[in-house]
Amino acid sequence: MPDDRETQLALEKQGVLFTQLNRFYNWGRKSAIWPMAFGLACCAIEMMAAASSRYDIARFGAELFRASPRQADLMIVAGTVTKKMVPQVVRLYNQMPEPRYVISMGACATSGGPFRDGYNVVRGVDLYIPVDVYVPGCPPRPEALLHALITLQQQIDNQAIREVRWYGDREARDFPVPIFGKHGLEVEGIEGTADPVGGIPRMAPYVSPALGGSGERTSNPQVLEGNVPKPLMQAAVEEVFGHGKAE
Amino acid sequence: MIAGTFTGTIKTEELQINIGPQHPSTHGVFRMITRIDGETILGLEPVFGYLHRNHEQLGEVSSYLQIIPFTDRLDYFNSMPNNQGYCMAVEKLAGIEVPERAEYIRVIMAELSRIQNHATALGFMLNDMGAMGTPLLYGFREREKILDLFEAASGARMMCSYMRFGGVARDIDDEWLGELKKLMVGLPAFFDEFERLLSENEILLSRARNVGILPKAVALDYSVTGPLLRGSGIPYDVRRAEPYSVYDRFGFDVVVGSVGDIYDRYLVRVEEMRQSLRILEQAVQQLPDASGGHLNPKVKQQSIRPPAGEAYARVETPKGELGFYLVSDGSGRPYRYKIRAPSFINLTALSDLARGHKVADLVVILGSIDIVMGEVDR
Repeated sequence: MPDDRETQLALEKQGVLFTQLNRFYNWGRKSAIWPMAFGLACCAIEMMAAASSRYDIARFGAELFRASPRQADLMIVAGTVTKKMVPQVVRLYNQMPEPRYVISMGACATSGGPFRDGYNVVRGVDLYIPVDVYVPGCPPRPEALLHALITLQQQIDNQAIREVRWYGDREARDFPVPIFGKHGLEVEGIEGTADPVGGIPRMAPYVSPALGGSGERTSNPQVLEGNVPKPLMQAAVEEVFGHGKAE
Repeated sequence: MIAGTFTGTIKTEELQINIGPQHPSTHGVFRMITRIDGETILGLEPVFGYLHRNHEQLGEVSSYLQIIPFTDRLDYFNSMPNNQGYCMAVEKLAGIEVPERAEYIRVIMAELSRIQNHATALGFMLNDMGAMGTPLLYGFREREKILDLFEAASGARMMCSYMRFGGVARDIDDEWLGELKKLMVGLPAFFDEFERLLSENEILLSRARNVGILPKAVALDYSVTGPLLRGSGIPYDVRRAEPYSVYDRFGFDVVVGSVGDIYDRYLVRVEEMRQSLRILEQAVQQLPDASGGHLNPKVKQQSIRPPAGEAYARVETPKGELGFYLVSDGSGRPYRYKIRAPSFINLTALSDLARGHKVADLVVILGSIDIVMGEVDR
């Protein structure tokens, strides 16, 4: 192993490169993340500002905004996700080939933001698809988006190829597409209306590996604590359902 | 068979094509169900509501001050004029006086907004036309400079929440004005560069001339406003028709087109940027000193309770006429909060504009209307 930096440099001069397969593989993936050209609301403008000349996202290899989900690695959920839009968001995510990543940009995509109390607004896109990096702000500055991209690159750098969910013959899984039913959104595997108006969502968020989850819906209270404003949620659950535990 | 020699009839079939809601040329989450014959559009049905964020419902459960940040997010390119329209409605309702200096600051901010909106809107339109990137990047370059000024004055780039009832949140100082003057010196060069690049451009002319014509009568029927209406040759501008704030003190021209096609809308926007600069120059010159204050100190911002009644205030935003209708029942929250969104009403003309054109022209026509979905769906 070329932990010895001088040996490595000396060898590099002669055109020999020692590396680990993981590191080499991760380097390839993190250096050319192609985002999907997918703007939902206000944050999309700051996303475009990040791509324009002053902030120049091309410095990090992510300037190639693709219009088709089939060609994209990264979905930047930039803006408020409404109940009418969330089936399309999930469908687009399902259409992306693995490995795929999600940045939840702004307060709206992360939690509903200022519009959280609205009857038509989804309270966090992580209830429907797993999110890798959350960016706070309303809207986040372009620098914040760049920071999120760098964070994602660091996460990719720490992945081990044998452990990731998309390697080998493991099948790519589709996430359940919510259906707009009689009283609101209905999600496969969740009883009743998934996101009732006036109540709190009946499902737990997906937790990405970087945040300690396995890419599944979590029931781990510790992880939940990190994702959901716990005291608020607890109070709401008690008030609405009369029992003290979020699912 | 050689192309062009065929004289018989080809049997064609109508086809329904869905564009959006995720499409790079729909300017947000907008969906169009088009009926096409070959490349020609026979009919178009717009579908919106993908960004319905319950502005009016949330307005009715928020206090008057809490609504200001929501107005930022209506038309997220132009938070300043949105703030101004809403504050004017509340000021009308509660009978609040605004210091003269604040009115001038509002005008300066609104006109800066207009310049950055038109610069980026034209960039997006040309992006749809196939000029990938370059004009848009030019527009964004100028926009960043203006956003720097907004940030220095209000603390935020896009969502400024800068206006308050009876004035503006913070005063501007001489250093800020110096930066503004520096920017104003550079702007004519940008306009000239933009025009030199595009106005006589052969591709722009052939794509934009006589495409998407909106006749005067149809424009009036749809009650469209803004550059779309003025491009059709009707000199209607709220700043001139019903001067609000201090607009009656400035000399500026209401720019009109003659044909009402995309090219006219392009020219109207470019010329409006120049007129905005004219207003800015006069406003900076006439700006009263800080002795009059920038905010009416008698207003209780947090707990404002206007007397029962109703008020409607309208401003000319870069997209058109933005109106706020407020009904008060004497409590701390509005009883009804209604927004007349210019993008929404301008968008209703789309199916008429697009009929008979090619699919490739459709996205350019949509770009020339200049919509923002935050405002359309509310």
